[in-house]
Amino acid sequence: MANLKEIKTRIGSTKKTKQITKAMEMVSAAKLNRAQDKTEAFQPYKDKIREVVGSIAQGSEEVSHPMLQDRKEIRRTGYLVITSDRGLCGAYNSGLLRETYNLIQERHQSSDEYGIVILGKVGRDFFQKRGMPIMQEITGLADQPEYSEIKNIAETTVQMFTDEVFDEVYIHHNHFVSAMTQRVTETKLLPLTALAAEAEAEAVSTPDYIYEPDAETILERLLPHYAESLIFGSLLDAKASEFGARMSAMRSATDNADSRIDDLTLSYNRARQAAITQEINEIVGGAAAQG
Amino acid sequence: MSTLQANVVTPDGQVFDAQVNMVSVRTIDGELGILPNHIPLVTPLAIGAARLKQDGEVKMIALSGGFMEVRSDEVNILAESAELPTDIDITRARAAKERAERRMQEAKQENVDFRRAELALKRALNRLEVAKR
Repeated sequence: MANLKEIKTRIGSTKKTKQITKAMEMVSAAKLNRAQDKTEAFQPYKDKIREVVGSIAQGSEEVSHPMLQDRKEIRRTGYLVITSDRGLCGAYNSGLLRETYNLIQERHQSSDEYGIVILGKVGRDFFQKRGMPIMQEITGLADQPEYSEIKNIAETTVQMFTDEVFDEVYIHHNHFVSAMTQRVTETKLLPLTALAAEAEAEAVSTPDYIYEPDAETILERLLPHYAESLIFGSLLDAKASEFGARMSAMRSATDNADSRIDDLTLSYNRARQAAITQEINEIVGGAAAQG
Repeated sequence: MSTLQANVVTPDGQVFDAQVNMVSVRTIDGELGILPNHIPLVTPLAIGAARLKQDGEVKMIALSGGFMEVRSDEVNILAESAELPTDIDITRARAAKERAERRMQEAKQENVDFRRAELALKRALNRLEVAKR
């Protein structure tokens, strides 16, 4: 039988762990709230760019831009993978990385055919360990990232497409479904072939703009911006999922600690009861022997 | 006096949202002033200050690139960054200016670094200019 003191220490340490996980759960919940506010604040920017780009793409058919067209030959595919810097968030990173890894193995024969742009320490370590080509990396992003923090990496990634280092670029990240659920999603970032079709489908009635100096120049400027803003949007989405994942991971850790404490308390009481019973038996036995 | 709705939006949220009498910005081709009932227009912006005239008062906003969309009663400015004079960190802008100047001296003229430093310098000068008013 486990001795009383030992059980008591274990109850104590489990309680302390529970306090920590509980605190982390609440911190994550607060951060999740702020991440959602941030996503909301970003929405008008993205919508507006899309509206204008869409109306240009839809309005005048002569206007074309390399970013709007599929390349004939895909020599190298870029994957922009958004992971977190820290763990303790359940299957948040492992699920995403596993899926990305399998997809890459499936699609490509050699490492010349793809390149990885990685956000977050966990993902960087993962791909580094497997010797996969990391073209760019950024770690240590703030919990509520500012646009300026990822501007460089977004710009360079878009530039790599323009310079034909990449012929297409995908974003892999955890999409925020709810605080409890995240879904691994792959979105095609470049070329922006879906854009014109989407604009057509929605058929937003936009006024006939004058383009100053001309539509082509505006596309030239706007499309990279749009692509960059999509990267930022995915990052915000991923951050929200990260906090959601961490929150639910910490919640289940707290629940586990609770049931563990219950179990331990039960066996503590049993052990205590047994000790008392034994003591009484001994006294009674002793009295009877003297008898 | 007739007014138009002016919105300044960045990826980090809305910076300005009010009725104004006139909007004046620096486009890639030069200064451009917008009054109410302007014809719909889209134009990219250069790094520079936007001036929003509001009942005789002029509000300055430091913009870093982006573009402007004009509708008859509405102006939307979408910029990568937009700062009101009170939001500008002057020490930081000054440091950025010095850093950019140093880099420009080191880097070769046609170098990518040179162009980057040049843009950084422009942004810093723009911020300092707006903060001064």
